[in-house]
Amino acid sequence: MIEVKNLRKAFNGEEVLKGLNFVFDRGKTNLIIGQSGSGKSVFLKNMLGIFTPEEGTIEYDGKPYSEFTDEERRELRKEIGMVFQGGALFDSMTVKENVMFPLKMFTKMKKAEMEERVDNVLERVNLVGADDKMPSEISGGMQKRVSIARAIVNRPKYLFCDEPNSGLDPTTATVIDNLIQKITHEFDITTIIITHDMNSVLEIGEKIAFLKDGLLAWTGTKDEIFKTEDKTVTDFVYSSDLFKKVRKAQLKGY
Amino acid sequence: MTYLHSIGEYFLMLKGVFGRMTKRSVLKDLIFKEIDELIIGSLGIVCFLSFFIGAVVAIQTALNLNNPLIPKSLVAFAARQSVILEFSPTFISIIMAGKVGSFITSSIGSMRVTEQIDALEVMGINSKNYLIFPKIIAMLTYPFVIAISMFLGILGAYVAAVLGGFVKPDDFVSGLQDDFVTFHLIYAFIKTFLFAFILATVPAYHGYYMKGGALEVGQASTTAFVWTSVVLIITNYATTQLLLS
Repeated sequence: MIEVKNLRKAFNGEEVLKGLNFVFDRGKTNLIIGQSGSGKSVFLKNMLGIFTPEEGTIEYDGKPYSEFTDEERRELRKEIGMVFQGGALFDSMTVKENVMFPLKMFTKMKKAEMEERVDNVLERVNLVGADDKMPSEISGGMQKRVSIARAIVNRPKYLFCDEPNSGLDPTTATVIDNLIQKITHEFDITTIIITHDMNSVLEIGEKIAFLKDGLLAWTGTKDEIFKTEDKTVTDFVYSSDLFKKVRKAQLKGY
Repeated sequence: MTYLHSIGEYFLMLKGVFGRMTKRSVLKDLIFKEIDELIIGSLGIVCFLSFFIGAVVAIQTALNLNNPLIPKSLVAFAARQSVILEFSPTFISIIMAGKVGSFITSSIGSMRVTEQIDALEVMGINSKNYLIFPKIIAMLTYPFVIAISMFLGILGAYVAAVLGGFVKPDDFVSGLQDDFVTFHLIYAFIKTFLFAFILATVPAYHGYYMKGGALEVGQASTTAFVWTSVVLIITNYATTQLLLS
């Protein structure tokens, strides 16, 4: 579980996060949604420890990050898996080497054990047979799956995903969404996903935080977001033609 | 102020490079990979350039020695001194700033652009140590490249001077041995070590702190070449002034 209390962050005197409070539950897919510039990425980078907040605390399983020693912070980072927007795969390594990387860096496992773990994870993300391919030789969807495999291979307690299905076709995006949700439930991970994609919200939004102008404008679940009358949320959710039609149908009672 | 900021940032980067170390077994593999890419991969062009530079120095010297009172063995002496003192350590290092330097900047720069460095940091890895330290260690073998370059430069001079009919073989060998000062070799290798450090770290700085996309990676490579050359030339002047004057 990650609990954020009164989180504030400013750049050059301009406040980007204006006192956020939220609890990211363990074993659930927690989504952060909002328009571009609403502070989602800054929020994520504060939780990852890349930015230091001006005010407020981020508690990992009850312990504030600011009270962690350097050693504890390094240990915590080993428990974090991150899926970057572009995959961020190491392009000088094969798929297998990419997935094996966290194990080589942080465990004392023997090569055979590492290979077995990597094979299992690659099978889990449906990438059997792609082991020896370079990242440039595989599709965008496969790269995302390798990125997920690398993020979960060391069995993290926390999984952060920055727009995991951006740039993917709807079918592949759904596959990625479902995969993240399955993994979250299977390994009981605290998963935090940043997304713009309303299809993702519809698929896997077990707990949703809607950000607007650095403030937490709304919280709820995927069922609640499509029923809310909050205009700030409805303006965002029903901005696409498809969802506008769904809204019209809802209002007509279909 | 921008220059001062960059110089400060460069030294802070060096502090990070020698900070928390990457796991030894991983580091060992990285060092061998870097030796292969930076050193072995440069041998071909270094050998080619060194041989022909030595040859041209010998021909130029021979063509300019018109006075019958000056012994022909001076061609070998001049070639030896030029190659050992300047052409091999300095000229080859400028070439390496273009080849190895651009490679270092673009490889680290593209890792920055594609968030690979962020991925390392999020995993809790000291990315400066992981990316730059193996390059510095690999470049410690750079003096071997320069030793090969010196040998081939003098061989090139011999081939051009003797086969070109400018000097007799015995005169050339005699000229090579005239007034040989061992400290000149020591001086050449001292500055080669300094150049190796500059060749690994200045381009790495430009790659590590670059911002933007693919276009900026190209710009960073060009800037890295210019600044590496500038730092090499200034260091060359300073070491020469300190060690030889």
